[in-house]
Amino acid sequence: MNGARIVVESLKKEGVDTLFCYTGGAVISIFDELHKHGEGITMIQPRHEQGGTHAADGYARSTGKPGVVLVTSGPGATNTITGIATAYMDSTPLVVITGQVSTDKIGTDAFQESDVTGITLPITKANFLVKDVNDLALTIKRAFFLATTGRPGPVVIDIPGDVQKQECKFTYPDDPGLTSYRPKESGHPKQIKSTAKMLSKAKKPLILAGGGVNLSQANDELNSFLNKYNIPVATTLMGHGINPEDVRLFCGFVGMHGTLYANYAIQNADLIIAIGVRFSDRITGDASVFAKNAKLIHVDIDPAEIGKNIPVDLPIVGPAKSVLKELNGADIKGDYSAWIEEIDDYRKKNPLVYEKTGTLKPQYLVELASKIFPEDTIVATDVGQNQMWVGQYYRFRYPKTFLTSGGLGTMGFGLPAAIGAAVGNPDRQVLMFSGDGGFQMNMQELNTIRKYNLKVKMIVMDNSYLGMVRQWQELLFEKRYAGTDMGDNPDFIKLAEVFGIRAVRLEKPEDAERVLKELAECETSMLVHAAIDPNENVLPMVPAGKPLDKVITKF
Amino acid sequence: MAEKEQLTDHIVSVLVNNHPGVLSKVTSLITRRGFNIDGISAGNTKQSDMFRLTIVVKGDDRSIEQIQKQLYKIIDVVKVWIITPESKLDREIGLIKIKIPQSLRNEILQMINVFKASIIDAGPEGFIVEITGTSEKIDSFLSLFEHHQIVEVARSGIVAMNRWEKK
Repeated sequence: MNGARIVVESLKKEGVDTLFCYTGGAVISIFDELHKHGEGITMIQPRHEQGGTHAADGYARSTGKPGVVLVTSGPGATNTITGIATAYMDSTPLVVITGQVSTDKIGTDAFQESDVTGITLPITKANFLVKDVNDLALTIKRAFFLATTGRPGPVVIDIPGDVQKQECKFTYPDDPGLTSYRPKESGHPKQIKSTAKMLSKAKKPLILAGGGVNLSQANDELNSFLNKYNIPVATTLMGHGINPEDVRLFCGFVGMHGTLYANYAIQNADLIIAIGVRFSDRITGDASVFAKNAKLIHVDIDPAEIGKNIPVDLPIVGPAKSVLKELNGADIKGDYSAWIEEIDDYRKKNPLVYEKTGTLKPQYLVELASKIFPEDTIVATDVGQNQMWVGQYYRFRYPKTFLTSGGLGTMGFGLPAAIGAAVGNPDRQVLMFSGDGGFQMNMQELNTIRKYNLKVKMIVMDNSYLGMVRQWQELLFEKRYAGTDMGDNPDFIKLAEVFGIRAVRLEKPEDAERVLKELAECETSMLVHAAIDPNENVLPMVPAGKPLDKVITKF
Repeated sequence: MAEKEQLTDHIVSVLVNNHPGVLSKVTSLITRRGFNIDGISAGNTKQSDMFRLTIVVKGDDRSIEQIQKQLYKIIDVVKVWIITPESKLDREIGLIKIKIPQSLRNEILQMINVFKASIIDAGPEGFIVEITGTSEKIDSFLSLFEHHQIVEVARSGIVAMNRWEKK
């Protein structure tokens, strides 16, 4: 069997049913084998490799299965870089297969050669250049194993053209044979006991849940934990969807644009159990006074996250699922009802608010969509104001329903991620929110929607600005709007129609409900071009590097 | 948060699988996490398929612990030791090409003896001296010469391990 066929057969062994792929000179052989023997594998061809990689990412985030990408060497591979870096920052399992020039040409600056393993080194969990066809099956086994276990992440396999043509006997190994890679399968029992003790003593405990809970599929365990012991929970942006957000114990998401009451809870808690979070600067604000009254217990699968940004009182290295399962069986005695009332009271006095001025407010749009769309709708956002408004005003109820580029903050993520989600979840609603800026960064993928007849509901919130940066300019740069004016935007309605997608313009708040209902009920893809209030800002806001309780609520 | 600790040289030993690219994986990780590598050496171990790297990095204790944890995330990293100042045993080798006027030859030979260094090559203009010891010892040997006398210096970088634990 030749190397190209081995790739195809290995993908089948891994149960891959969807491949986001774009052909080119260095992967012709693999495409040919897919054509001949790729039964069971749906090939989704984007219009650009970056779009394809984000789509694989959205597929992975929404299904829990690894996203698989196949692209050619050189520019094909470098076009995936933003997608890989995005997945790396948010720990999405991806396997990216890149073609490479033949082994005898490597290092000669050959046509469409680039040092893919070199370029992707800092943005992959692992990467491999396969120089011998005999190593190919084992390498693919390892790539899938590494991408999906422990702390997930993207893995790159670079396969030179000649290796794709070489022949060897195909056997797919059961064991990846990685002796130096042993992710922890459970937390240390002693640490679990200490957690129970600390919780029993605490008066104001708070769970801070992050994307790791989603990745570990620990939603049920988390919900039993907080309901059993009556502990309030806040999430990070990436933690949206891990528990129903319309319950009393939920106090919103923390950080720069988090709710006042979530940040209040952080700053006033006496014990924080952080699960699957990495304390990024957008979450902590001024790290030196973050949760200054609290003891901190940090649960994470990745030991390197513990103590990286914030000193920790009790570390627990292990997967969220098993740690929470253990904690659910622990003997914890504590009465936190006074604390919950304190948060309730604070929430009542400091709710999320926006001014209703008669213009089309983005917050209103998000609130409405949250009511109109089914509960299990998968929501993808772009980056910037649209992302934060969705983070604040959309009520998530199910895990893996919120797809956003949290760590890298990649504009252009929303549309292709929604496409990936639609590919992986054909029976569910997929709703994309984007800004006018981010939408145009990967708008070529509208054609992917048309090509595969996908059902993606799109809301482009157009304020004709790169709004988040404009907001910073308003606050910090005396309204000098350098480089943020997007007044030269194209006609988004015509744009969508060129790709055969129905599009509606929305300008007045009184039309919003009707238009969003139409969007939700539409049997095909549809785009709403929402001309939102161009001066609307995301509030509250903790300016970068400031303590979480130094909040701006008005400009 | 802890007070800013003094930045000091730390020695980190890393046992890695001898796979292509592993050295650059280790060094680029340390660099991109914001640390400077002051010295590095690599060599075989008792297992032929593994390499031992000895790396000198500047940092405080907390950042060194971070480096250790980050290094463990590289799939080919098998073991990471922090060589503690109390128990460290470190050596370096230096080759030094020195220009020596005839009149000073005897004096220099004496110095070489005092430092237990040896002459491994000689020419009409001077010697090549091999010296082994701690980095400080090599530094002080070099300081004995005028700048213009030293033609070339090649140093191996430190190799180090922790001493046997005392009973």
